[in-house]
Amino acid sequence: MTTKSERLDIRSSDDVVRVRQLVRTMAIAVGLSLVDQTKIITAASELARNALDYGGGGFVLAEQVDMVGRRGVRLTFEDRGPGIADIDAALKDGFTTGKGMGLGLGGARRLSNEFSIHSKPGEGTKIVIARWK
Amino acid sequence: MDRIPILKFGNALLVTIQVDMHDRLATALEEDLTSKIVEANAKGVLIDISALEIVDSFIGRMLDNIAAVSRILDADTVVVGMRPAVAITLVELGLSLTGVKTALNVERGMALIQARLRTSDLDDDDEE
Repeated sequence: MTTKSERLDIRSSDDVVRVRQLVRTMAIAVGLSLVDQTKIITAASELARNALDYGGGGFVLAEQVDMVGRRGVRLTFEDRGPGIADIDAALKDGFTTGKGMGLGLGGARRLSNEFSIHSKPGEGTKIVIARWK
Repeated sequence: MDRIPILKFGNALLVTIQVDMHDRLATALEEDLTSKIVEANAKGVLIDISALEIVDSFIGRMLDNIAAVSRILDADTVVVGMRPAVAITLVELGLSLTGVKTALNVERGMALIQARLRTSDLDDDDEE
């Protein structure tokens, strides 16, 4: 069972900081190692900023998963932005339609144990990542 | 808006980042440092990130930009105190900060800057 979940809106760069703090609290609570904490917080920061910069804002659902044999943090980012036309291209390092470095999406995938993305042009983007102990 | 304080230390500037920076604060630091380098005629910039629990691509790019701009303004940038977990994560993220000099702590970072200053002093003497 999921022991705790919390939803945060992402509407400003202050909210990106709030997302990092929430993910840190949960990562510590489930006992992730320092390196794993740092990885999932960094991935969350990238995806929160993507939702803000490219998706026009959105929200994250953070879940602290605390089951026998499975402990970790799962994060679902959703926005109602323009969506991603070519997901494979967007996952490549250096791909960007904006002002960034194009590391966010591919980087977030590398920093996570689980990564899934659903996006349709005109409908928005949903990304789920998880880091397990 | 909050600002990150920039201290003058001889002909170097010292910045200690102690808060979880939101993006506007990082951008403001970049701008403040640039004008301060000129104003203080600084030859070195030391950025202490030992309190930072993460460095994502935005903060990484800020560090890269500061190093690039200060180089053009004839100042060296040294980033010091990066936590090991942050270094591991940065590499996996795909950011290698190739344009940024790093040192383990403030002392070593300052030594790097001073060493460069001594060399340029010698160069100046040669010209005289």
